[in-house]
Amino acid sequence: MTARIGVVTFPGSLDDRDARRAVQLAGAEPVALWHRDKDLRQVDAVVLPGGFSYGDYLRAGAIARFSPVMETVIAGARDGLPVLGICNGFQVLCESHLLPGALTRNDHLHFVCRDQRLRIENATTAWTSSYRPDQEIVIPLKNGEGGYVADERTLDMLEAEGRVVARYLELNPNGSRRDIAGVTNEAGNVVGLMPHPEHAVESLTGPGLDGLGFFTSVLKRLVNA
Amino acid sequence: MTTDAGTASERVSTTIDTVKRAVDTPGLAQPWAELGLKRDEYDRIREILGRRPTGAELAMYSVMWSEHCSYKSSKVHLRQFGEKAPPSDALLVGIGENAGVVDVGQGYAVTFKVESHNHPSYVEPYQGAATGVGGIVRDILAMGARPVAVMDPLRFGAADHPDTRRVLPGVVAGVGGYGNCLGLPNIGGEVVFDPCYQGNPLVNALCVGVMRHEDIHLAKASGVGNKVILYGARTGGDGIGGVSVLASETFADPSAAGTRPAKRPAVQVGDPFQEKLLIECTLEVFREKLVVGIQDLGGAGLSCATSELASAGSGGMRVELDSVPLRDATLSPEEILMSESQERMCAVVEPDKVERFLEICEKWDVLATVIGEVTDGDRLEIHWRGEQIVDVPPRTVAHEGPVYQRPYARPVWQDALQADDPAKLSRPGTPEELREAVLSLVASPNQASKSWITSQYDRYVLGNTVLAQPEDSGMIRVDEETNLGVALATDGNGRYAKLDPYTGAQLALAEAYRNVAASGATPLAVTNCLNFGSPEDPAAMWQFAEACRGLADACLALGTPVTGGNVSFYNQTGEVAIHPTPVVGVLGVIDDVTRRTPMGFTGEGDLLFLLGDTREELGGSAWSEVAHGHLGGLPPAVDLDRERLLAEVLVAGSRDGMLDAAHDLSDGGLVQALVESCLRGGLGARIVLPEGTDPFVALFSESTGRAVVAVPRSEELRFTDMCRARGLPATRIGVVDGDSLDVQGQFSIGLGELREASESTIPALLG
Repeated sequence: MTARIGVVTFPGSLDDRDARRAVQLAGAEPVALWHRDKDLRQVDAVVLPGGFSYGDYLRAGAIARFSPVMETVIAGARDGLPVLGICNGFQVLCESHLLPGALTRNDHLHFVCRDQRLRIENATTAWTSSYRPDQEIVIPLKNGEGGYVADERTLDMLEAEGRVVARYLELNPNGSRRDIAGVTNEAGNVVGLMPHPEHAVESLTGPGLDGLGFFTSVLKRLVNA
Repeated sequence: MTTDAGTASERVSTTIDTVKRAVDTPGLAQPWAELGLKRDEYDRIREILGRRPTGAELAMYSVMWSEHCSYKSSKVHLRQFGEKAPPSDALLVGIGENAGVVDVGQGYAVTFKVESHNHPSYVEPYQGAATGVGGIVRDILAMGARPVAVMDPLRFGAADHPDTRRVLPGVVAGVGGYGNCLGLPNIGGEVVFDPCYQGNPLVNALCVGVMRHEDIHLAKASGVGNKVILYGARTGGDGIGGVSVLASETFADPSAAGTRPAKRPAVQVGDPFQEKLLIECTLEVFREKLVVGIQDLGGAGLSCATSELASAGSGGMRVELDSVPLRDATLSPEEILMSESQERMCAVVEPDKVERFLEICEKWDVLATVIGEVTDGDRLEIHWRGEQIVDVPPRTVAHEGPVYQRPYARPVWQDALQADDPAKLSRPGTPEELREAVLSLVASPNQASKSWITSQYDRYVLGNTVLAQPEDSGMIRVDEETNLGVALATDGNGRYAKLDPYTGAQLALAEAYRNVAASGATPLAVTNCLNFGSPEDPAAMWQFAEACRGLADACLALGTPVTGGNVSFYNQTGEVAIHPTPVVGVLGVIDDVTRRTPMGFTGEGDLLFLLGDTREELGGSAWSEVAHGHLGGLPPAVDLDRERLLAEVLVAGSRDGMLDAAHDLSDGGLVQALVESCLRGGLGARIVLPEGTDPFVALFSESTGRAVVAVPRSEELRFTDMCRARGLPATRIGVVDGDSLDVQGQFSIGLGELREASESTIPALLG
């Protein structure tokens, strides 16, 4: 049986096609999900892709979290459904309170697009088990509001519980606290990541293949389940 | 201030300038001059209509007959692009539509075009640049294509001028803000600094789109009874008069003064989210074959869309202007017709498909309204509050505007400029002086790394970007199964064109053509954005005429037809015009994108060959600018046969796997190209300049028709045999090696020092 991985399209989603391509290259079946549809079409996992959902004129992700599809995604995530939020998807997960913290305007106030080195700090989540602990990877990063912030107690808690999934190396591209690039929930099924693994799944069009692991991780978990 | 203005509707009803009223009041004074029309143009409108125009008709004619929309000064010169067009099987749609369409094989068609948004970007850098991107994307969309990438050739005043700090960051943020939000990768372009652009930056925007042959759509309204649907954003008061000199007060009822919103900005305000929805929605209605004809709303808004659709179609058109959804209920009919509110499209749809069309719009939360229908007459009729306010032959508005033979004359200073030979400039003589000259060249704003700017653009979205800046061309994969792809480059050199506009335009084409070939793609077709001073100045008009003639001749010689483009006149501050700046975009096709040739040196031990001939050519060169602030003499000579040969070798070398890297030689000559390829790939180079050559000329001359290539040792014989057989000079100049640029017997500069020189300039000026 092939795992079915849903990719949500909000109005203003941009990397939804890329996420579906990545799912396919990882060996799973990509399923397009529509923001107005509560029905998740029996998918085994969900990706919230990058972009500017609903234009993000208010605050990134603030409107998307109230969309019909998110009602089901939020409920599913609480029951263990693997959910990966990339960039705007990470913002939506924070707005939905599935993940702690928030994403703010980059400290240098510019949009930034670069190949970013990361260290995988937690290789046990639903989306990172294909990586070795402390593995260094390079995947594209592109955001205007990617500065991860949370209060000190939350940050300490995330560190203590091993919930920092990935950290920026060499250069902190957006002013994120403690160089945090991605975090997970307590159960490890929900992961939010600011850089874009779906843009590093073909050597022809990305900096390498380092992003594929996020998608093979969840596949492995689903097949073994 | 009046106290008895009454309600808005009462006021309007008493002041509607209907066709009937126009007939009854032939002597009414009209503000034609304020609208930018000339006396004889106004007289011609009266002659066409057999009466005075109504206010709405006058509004339409004035914007459609503006230079921007009618090309009235440029038309006689632009004709050459058609007359001298090389025979080409690739052209599916030529000049005259929203954008040209080129066959790239496997059933795919590609459409691309570059346009200017210069003046709005000076007034309001962010929105000017943003809506420039939005406008060109809609042009591409209107042809039936999915937009797949954008590029932005930008020109600003001196890099260290305080106003550049105002304009540049705004423009870059606008390009990025709109394009990033739209989900289109930005894959290339240019950033050039020159004091001549201080009061008049050039913001050109290019978009490329892909479709299947059968999906090509045209802007025409045909089929009596078909519905005209306006969809997208509501119509507001922004951008009124963007293309003419209209003051919106002109039409206002004086009694209403003070009761209406203040005059709105002439620069439009963009909403990229709305445009993203418009793209997806439009592609879906195309997919379901619901559209007979389509036009985007850009300059001149509804005036343009309705008259062009009706003019190109077989019948007439009737529009109920009251149906147009408004942001501001107080807009007059004239203002509605002229508004340049962004993110709007106009489609012609068969009656039985209207319901489905509206459903798809609803799915994407796009507002759509039937505003009229195609009629069996030959008139464009527009109604407002039950009265007829427009009744015109649409061709006279859209396609039969005035045409001028503007006088032109070679400027008196041209001879002196060309006589000011750079040979007299003092040159670096010692190895140490050469070393310093290289470092200051590399660190100069025009040659320095632009990554501070381009890293503000998303180059990854859509997942098909094979090459992006700073590579020689941007390359996009078109088909994920077959790996068919297209490459695009834009180039222009105002300094060359100032010295000789005929040659300068050819050099712009030659460079873009060479850049495409250096990446491994075969050049197919051309688009251009011609940025010049006032057409009313005979000197600027001469530059324009010469550039058109040069470009048309070169397109014929290279076998690459012009598919469309844009003219931007009046780029001047007071009496001082910018350098004539023809920007040329070349589209190429590559059968297998995995064969593309990148520019960076990555193969340790690869052999370096210089292809082509080097002469002493320093007129308009980067060195003369950086070292002496000099502009004079003649630009490098053009040899289009050589360009063709070079391109064939570069493409064959890529296809047959003989090249690890290739980089074209242009501004800054050989040494600049070597530095860029070293820094890009992270490896150094050991260079041995050919015996008997002057090291300075060898390194800094800007002779054209040249490229540097890195050839794996295993391919050396095959490659040199090929060059010999084809008659292209290939001189072995060194090897990829180490971590410095080492010109033997002269100097050595570590990559770290070069990188510091290249990458610190722009952030220091603008960061």
